[in-house]
Amino acid sequence: MTSAAELLDPALRVEALASLLTERGLIDETTIDTFIKTYEQSVGPMNGAKVVARAWTDAEYRIRLLAEGTPAIAELGFKGPQGEHIVVLENTPTVHNVVVCTLCSCYPWPVLGLPPSWYKDPAYRSRVVREPRQVLREFGLDLDDHVEIRVHDSSSEVRYMVLPERPAGTENLSEEDLAALVTRDAMVGVAKVAAP
Amino acid sequence: MSDPGTHPDRGYLLDASGPAAPPRDNGELVFAAPWESRAFGVALALHDSGRIEWEDFRQALIADIGEWEATHPSGEGWSYYECWLRSLERVVSGQGLVGSDDVRARAAVLAARPAGHDHGEAGHHH
Repeated sequence: MTSAAELLDPALRVEALASLLTERGLIDETTIDTFIKTYEQSVGPMNGAKVVARAWTDAEYRIRLLAEGTPAIAELGFKGPQGEHIVVLENTPTVHNVVVCTLCSCYPWPVLGLPPSWYKDPAYRSRVVREPRQVLREFGLDLDDHVEIRVHDSSSEVRYMVLPERPAGTENLSEEDLAALVTRDAMVGVAKVAAP
Repeated sequence: MSDPGTHPDRGYLLDASGPAAPPRDNGELVFAAPWESRAFGVALALHDSGRIEWEDFRQALIADIGEWEATHPSGEGWSYYECWLRSLERVVSGQGLVGSDDVRARAAVLAARPAGHDHGEAGHHH
């Protein structure tokens, strides 16, 4: 499987590939740059945080979101690649959901952006399935034994996002202030949302 | 595009100040090196223009990651975007868009540029 090209510096191989593809009119530089900038700057966990805050403050929205993630998320303007079939999983005092892609790195880009490196790491991908309670403990999340942990493995179609529990003492916060509390890790299920 | 200095990216900010716990990597950049972002952008552009099917690419990536893991049980030397790039090269070659010999030849030309020439990423300002 290994070709001589693979022994070359990956930066050179990428540039060789990009220059040949653009010369042949198959892609253009502007499109490449737009995708890079979009996922470096515009699409990230702040999108998912707005979805979570809306679900916490609007009961009707929460029902729509849990019933069918993608259209409810699109109501807030978030759509795009890897978001065609988003399923939202609700955490409760007795059920804790955590998300993984055991085979590669499937992740709901429109709401969370690109995955962090630990999500793509072979150790997380294999261990969270085998020993989720221990892995969550290493993330700093020590769940009571009575809490059921459900590990969700992304398939070719479905991308999962966790709807974390709303922390106590936030009854008077605005939707915007609530969104500011929500972290990426809470929406993957390796953390809880902390009260302010 | 929103201004990165002002957009309400609170998720990242909170993460960056959270407790550090392995295997967590707080406050990381989306891409660790410019070539990683280029490999990402090229794949998205090829899909966007209908030149490759995303599922073909995903299957190639799954196969490559699986092969890497089978041959590197210690996990040492892991690079997600090297798997990504190998998969991209295979799909592009398999679709007959650019052959691996062409990539190799072009990479050799780029490598032979005189020292001081901007390599790759740095040369792509618009």
